[in-house]
Amino acid sequence: MTITDKIIQLVVAVAFFALVLALVLFIADRVRGKSAERWQGFAFIGPAVLLLLVGLIYPALRTAYQSFFDAGASNFVGIDNYARIFTQPELLIVLRNTFLWVIFTPLVATAVGLVYAVLVDRARAESFAKALIFLPMAISFVGASIIWKFVYEYRPNQQNIQQIGLVNQLLVWLGFEPVNLLLIPFWNNLLLIVVMIWIQAGFAMTILSAAIKAIPDDIMEAARLDGVGGMRMFFYITLPSIRPAVVVVLTTISIGVLKVFDIVRTMTGGQFGTSVVANEFYSQSFRLFNIGIGSSLAMILFILVVPIVIYNVRQMRKVDAR
Amino acid sequence: MTILESAPAGKPATSITTAATTKSAEAKKRLSSPWASLAAIVIAVLWTLPTFGLLLSSFRPERAVKRTGWWTFFTDPQFTLENYNEVLFEGQQPLINYFVNSIIITLPAVIIPIVLACIAAYAFAWVKFPFRDTLFVAIFALQVVPLQVALLPLLEIFVGTGLNNTFWTVWIAHSTFALPLAIYLLHNSMREIPAELVEAARVDGAGHVRIFGTIMLPLMKPAIAAFGVFQFLWVWNDLLVALVFAGGTADVAPLTVRVAELSGTRGSDWHLLSAGAFISIIIPLIVFLSLQRFFVRGLLAGSVKG
Repeated sequence: MTITDKIIQLVVAVAFFALVLALVLFIADRVRGKSAERWQGFAFIGPAVLLLLVGLIYPALRTAYQSFFDAGASNFVGIDNYARIFTQPELLIVLRNTFLWVIFTPLVATAVGLVYAVLVDRARAESFAKALIFLPMAISFVGASIIWKFVYEYRPNQQNIQQIGLVNQLLVWLGFEPVNLLLIPFWNNLLLIVVMIWIQAGFAMTILSAAIKAIPDDIMEAARLDGVGGMRMFFYITLPSIRPAVVVVLTTISIGVLKVFDIVRTMTGGQFGTSVVANEFYSQSFRLFNIGIGSSLAMILFILVVPIVIYNVRQMRKVDAR
Repeated sequence: MTILESAPAGKPATSITTAATTKSAEAKKRLSSPWASLAAIVIAVLWTLPTFGLLLSSFRPERAVKRTGWWTFFTDPQFTLENYNEVLFEGQQPLINYFVNSIIITLPAVIIPIVLACIAAYAFAWVKFPFRDTLFVAIFALQVVPLQVALLPLLEIFVGTGLNNTFWTVWIAHSTFALPLAIYLLHNSMREIPAELVEAARVDGAGHVRIFGTIMLPLMKPAIAAFGVFQFLWVWNDLLVALVFAGGTADVAPLTVRVAELSGTRGSDWHLLSAGAFISIIIPLIVFLSLQRFFVRGLLAGSVKG
């Protein structure tokens, strides 16, 4: 396809979409009589509901159904797929890794974001300082993975070969041997988690900084008048005041982390014991074409996400109510 | 609050004057704590250095990138644009094609869900029809569903219709997945518009289509921008949807797919990888920096998709 072809496709798509929509709105506008309001309502939500039914609801139900079938989606196997995920050693490692991600990423990213938000609050060049931490949020997971893969890059420890990765060069400068970091069992998971923390800390900082600024000045002033400062101010005044926001940040990051796929795929491809549920879902579904296991993994992801989302929404309501 | 009460009353006059001083004076006071400043600087450096290192490498000649660390640039500065030239325009699969694909994918995948969600959100907020609230809650609840759950059957549908590996699949998939959050967010800000405004227009005989077009849309601009930035970054940076529906062919695959592929097949060609990575980063970075306040607004309103 040439660029012109692509642009034509783009124009056709947008024009087609606009035409369909204009038609729906035009007809809705013509309807008169007692039930006009009702039909207009249905016409307005119609396109969105249709898309959701075909593109999300039906596929989700079908995935749930297929998770009880074998690799070719032809024979019913009951809960065998789920049983396999929870017993097979390689898949147990996947679950363990996912657990590591969900524990470490939200905690560390929130902690860094919070500390930084407090440190730069009302400081000189606050918005610039914030932008530095915030920028990784604009970078794709793929881009971030490449940035960090370069940091972790390893060159064999031989004469005349210099390290080009920052971490290994630091090790060399400190007198240690360079290590092929992404191959160290177990610990390589934490190195991948660092990438997600690096991305999410900016999110945590933004939300928490807004929450900190929303703390009424008189509370802070009163505390300051009473001689509360530094650490005590943080633990007794700031932190309790923004608790709901902290919970929202923690849960929101957990939800994102559960679905993380790009980082693992780009950095290690899920090899060397670093796969997580979302990555395993992709490999099983679209590389090994095991529809049964793929669907079960998607369902497990769904089941893990639901309680966190519900809790998250409740907390968000609390924050809004303030 | 127990602290406040138990703290000794009548502190020395200094703290009272501190309290009375302006915010700028306070800022100076905060910065005077050297440990706090040091901690902030350490975090800022840790967060910037990885990107800086790769960015610098993308401008260094191949030989230099492969043999020495980027920090040697400061003792032996060598500068070239050849990496960008090579990765963008040369070879079998020049990145410029994928760059175009990314743009072609992103525009409709941002516009379509916004338009659909605006109309639906308007109906949920201001038009009375049966099962309105039930339907709205159902759509709200759909935000829970991770998109992984929909991918396999959706691919079956697309393969069945022969649409697979065209832009259409990616547009449809992204538009669908964006709807629950978009409808929810836009509905929230539509509800904030005073009812009198809508009622007055109704009394004047304006239909819903006209109210939507002339009253709502102009007032919704900030909310639309907030979601728009968000959806733009999401689609442009997406790897999963693109891999599943458009990964098979260079005709439609976006930058993320190609850059991830490069990282796998040419993992040690850091002069190309670094330039490639920054080509994929530059557009979202520009959008992000210029529309940052809308993005922050969106974040604070709860636009977080997984």
